[in-house]
Amino acid sequence: MRVSFKWLAEYVDIDLGPEEVGHRLTMAGLEMERIERVGGDWDEEFITVGHVLSVDAHPNADRLRLATVDYGGDDPLTVACGAPNVAVGQKIAFARAGARLIDGRSGKSAVLKPAKIRGVESSGMVCSEKELGLSGEHEGILVLDAGAPVGAPLSQYLGGSILDLDVTPNRPDWLSMLGVAREVAALTGTVVREPEHTYEELDDPAPARVSVEIADPDLCFRYVASVIEGVKLGPSPSWMQERLNAAGMRPINNVVDITNYVMLEVGQPLHAFDFSTVGGEKIIVRRAKEGEKLITLDGERRELTADMLVIADEKKPVALAGVMGGAESEVTEETQTILLESATFHAPNIRRTASHLKSRTEASARFEKGLSPELAMVAAQRATKLLVELAGGRALHGLVDNYPAPVKEIRIDVTRRRLEQVLGIDLPTSTVREALTSLGFGCKWEPPEHYQVRVPYWRTDVDIPDDIAEEVARIVGYDQIPTKNLGGDIPPAIPQPLRDLRERLRDALAAAGMQEVITYSLTTSEELKRVLPEGQLEQLLRVVNPLSAEHEYLRPVLRGSVLKTLAANVRQREGEVALFEASRVYLPRSGELPDEQEHIVGVVTGTRDDRWGRSSDEPVDFYDAKGYAQAALQVAGVEGTFEAAEDFGLLPGRTAVVSAGGARVGVIGQLHPSVASSFGIDRDVYLFELVVDDLLPAVQAGVAYAPLMRFPPVVQDIALVVESSQPAEDVRRLIERHELVLAAEVFDVYEGEGVPADRKSLAFSVTYQSAEKTLTDKEVARAQSEILKRLSDELNAELRG
Amino acid sequence: MMRYMTAETINLEELAAKARAGLDAATDEAALEAWRVAHLGRKGTLTSVLRRLGSLEMEERRRIGGEANKLKAELEAALEEKLSDLHGQRIAATIQEGQIDVTLPGRSKRVGRLHPITQTLRQVVDIFVSLGFSVAEGPEVETDYYNFEALLLDRDHPARDMQDTLYVDYVRDGVYPFMMRTHTSPNQVRFMEEHKPPIRVVVPGKCYRNEATDPTHEWMITQIEILAVDEGISLADLKGTLFEFAKRMFGQERKVRFRCDYFPYVEPGVDMAIDCFLCGGRGCRTCHREGWIEIMGAGMVHPKILANMGYDADRVTGFAAGMGAERIALLLHGIEDIRRFYQNDLRFLEQF
Ligand SMILES: [Zn+2]
Repeated sequence: MRVSFKWLAEYVDIDLGPEEVGHRLTMAGLEMERIERVGGDWDEEFITVGHVLSVDAHPNADRLRLATVDYGGDDPLTVACGAPNVAVGQKIAFARAGARLIDGRSGKSAVLKPAKIRGVESSGMVCSEKELGLSGEHEGILVLDAGAPVGAPLSQYLGGSILDLDVTPNRPDWLSMLGVAREVAALTGTVVREPEHTYEELDDPAPARVSVEIADPDLCFRYVASVIEGVKLGPSPSWMQERLNAAGMRPINNVVDITNYVMLEVGQPLHAFDFSTVGGEKIIVRRAKEGEKLITLDGERRELTADMLVIADEKKPVALAGVMGGAESEVTEETQTILLESATFHAPNIRRTASHLKSRTEASARFEKGLSPELAMVAAQRATKLLVELAGGRALHGLVDNYPAPVKEIRIDVTRRRLEQVLGIDLPTSTVREALTSLGFGCKWEPPEHYQVRVPYWRTDVDIPDDIAEEVARIVGYDQIPTKNLGGDIPPAIPQPLRDLRERLRDALAAAGMQEVITYSLTTSEELKRVLPEGQLEQLLRVVNPLSAEHEYLRPVLRGSVLKTLAANVRQREGEVALFEASRVYLPRSGELPDEQEHIVGVVTGTRDDRWGRSSDEPVDFYDAKGYAQAALQVAGVEGTFEAAEDFGLLPGRTAVVSAGGARVGVIGQLHPSVASSFGIDRDVYLFELVVDDLLPAVQAGVAYAPLMRFPPVVQDIALVVESSQPAEDVRRLIERHELVLAAEVFDVYEGEGVPADRKSLAFSVTYQSAEKTLTDKEVARAQSEILKRLSDELNAELRG
Repeated sequence: MMRYMTAETINLEELAAKARAGLDAATDEAALEAWRVAHLGRKGTLTSVLRRLGSLEMEERRRIGGEANKLKAELEAALEEKLSDLHGQRIAATIQEGQIDVTLPGRSKRVGRLHPITQTLRQVVDIFVSLGFSVAEGPEVETDYYNFEALLLDRDHPARDMQDTLYVDYVRDGVYPFMMRTHTSPNQVRFMEEHKPPIRVVVPGKCYRNEATDPTHEWMITQIEILAVDEGISLADLKGTLFEFAKRMFGQERKVRFRCDYFPYVEPGVDMAIDCFLCGGRGCRTCHREGWIEIMGAGMVHPKILANMGYDADRVTGFAAGMGAERIALLLHGIEDIRRFYQNDLRFLEQF
């Protein structure tokens, strides 16, 4: 809402500057976004109000004329003027040489210099709106109100501040000058001047000329109509045009301007019909018939549905209620008699119609927030007065008022205790009453506890005691509310094991050297196609109204987005790139909200760093990815097992399923080169995926504590020759099965010279230990030979000679 | 009587001279050890003197015994000194030979980092946890009931304008009942359904808006919801708690400003701003020349919501607040474009 500070002053006396007023409004809930200064850069000396004394033909140019202007100086100046609308007697904006203006053609700011125009000296100019920076209008000159004082600096006469206010959706009253003025009055301790609405009437009663029927009272709560004869269509007065411009609305003609002006002034949208087009002298407010057609003011042919409300005559709709008038009933030069509509409609219905027809208007924006039916009468009277006084109209006696169920004034019983309970302060009763009455509420104090509050009709947002608490608090000022720390019992902590685990895994992966990324939860079908088996895409969830195809599908895996991020980063990177993401995935469930699982995906590519942190020529491999995954599992207190397997998008032979506590918790492997290249990555990528939800049970099973041993361990290294395809983990587990072995770890793998072609050598570090005694060399030797026998029997492994 | 040895046969001075000369001659630890064995050892010269003392007259025994013990102490001290000199020399030699260039870079250890939003979220959540709040999380795909209706945002509520919603492509009864949640506030309702007052909970999570992006707008954002419900909670507690948060997050010297604002699910509604910590409130680009930076929407939980939860809204009151992690991270680090967070350029992420 754009509020001209000058216009505001018509309703309330303001001692404060626009900044301070804006600040107080902001603190009270009506946020000022900015102050716009109109004419702030108009030079007071060189740009003044001028009076056109004469207009003569230019001796050397047909399209130019010579205007002689009294600008307030000693002698009038004669200047060349190309505008078609310049006329004797006009008050205009006059700029003398030296003034800084905007060039009408180039749009750039420049200082006006004396010049010879077609041989005639011209040292000034009659300005257009564009030249003054008021608008883009450059067809004709700006004509000021006839009462403008000649010689006054234009910046004083026309300039001023416009407060740009951000109106919250609960306050349709703030979409009006009067509503803002009421707020300013309450915040500055003054009173509001309501606009006048009395006017002279003819003797003929309006209800005899037109009848109003509300066929659907669930959608129209009140319909007030006024009939005005003899209206002469023409431009509205300059002061009105200036105000409409300041509010951001284009002046059109006096009738439309008056309806818009009153809407801006009191917040009630109005509509003027050419009465001669209303057949049967009857207005019917009804639901449209399915498929009924109406050409609206904007020239659009609208097909209506049965849930839209129309204003109709006996035969046809003449307007789309609350949204837009019909083209056929529009007021024109030929119009003799006007029917003025001021009505109250069902807010949600207007909202639906406007958004369905993609036609949000200034009117619908107000209607859909819910207006009081009381306002309809106030606005009808005010607009009728202006049509009589400013458009030459003659109003019929009285107004037609169809108001089937008048709303009752809202009364709220507010206790002093409730105010204190909500606000944390026991405010003096005088403070409460002053705050409320300054806003137009009625407030009666009934000692010792009760305030009987009456809500003014324009406050459609207030209906419970806590609303009153807010009204009092915001007028008193939130800074007057004390500041306390929460007392009382601290509620019991609520365990969040899944979240805790996810955060520990995050920490572990970052500590191990991976960089965390966070990618968008919605992604493209192309990206998902690359990482999901065929046929899965069709089952996935999508949003109906995505911002773009980039963000359409609810991802069931993180892989795609993480790989896309990797691809974007590897191009500019040398050395190892290791990224992970911990986020939700969304697994569809029929008729229910999706199953949201916590996933972690890590990807590694590039070459390892050398001693200097530079990329070496040693590429990362499967075991780098496995190292990261194991670091995470270790921090979670879980021992993962890895078994060869296959998974979509991963390279067979280099893929494993990760399990913990006997359950599958993830997968790890080399990304299939064709998948990598589909993301534009031309190097080997290793990937792991952990499902935190699945890992949780193993983590919760906990870590079994083993007491520290009293007797020293014996560590021995052995090298075994096994078949090349033999998984080392089987060998390791077999060694660990021996009762005297505490742990066995692989520390080398060798294939090549000295080992047969289809076999490999595995080196293990074996820790022997007994809980009962110090082991002798003999006992260790016996244990080792037992192990070697089992290895030979079960895995065809032999000691390397 | 040859039973008694004479003092002359025990020539301590000669023994001492010999021992001192021997010690001077020893230059390494092995020689010193040999010297120790020869003189102070079990069969050493001085030890044998002491052993033979018993054969002397009482008076002699006292005199010579005293001198011998004095000599023993002297020699032991001299040995100790010599050993420690040698040790010192050896270390000095090591230092001399083993000098390294301490200015060379350390052996590379990769350092990973958490995403700046993760870091910010944790900072915020930890502060509230330290104030006695529990942490909870809720679904990112929500029902119309939790995201809107239970928060008093009916289908036709004009405030739905403020939250352009991404709906999931699933129709039931002619409407889309599921959506990407537009805020974390549904968790107020979800949490209250499950728990009875007193309640103190902080709920972080991703939220989604159908909104075009620009340097200050992102369609996926991370919100942090705060809810406290109990008997005796008022606007004053809201102010105190959020002020405490602001000080811990942005500095103890922070000032805060509370003003009225509107959210359908609170009454009264509050907007909290902090004084701009970049310009000290004088006005700069970050605070749009206002000196204040709005960081949080808040308010007293609407009594209708409390009543819908089955609470006695005449006795129980509460406050709720919500803030965006991205906005806080932007402010803390002076980042110029919110879209940086989810572009995931490593050159950006590695700075945090
Ligand atoms: Zn600042």
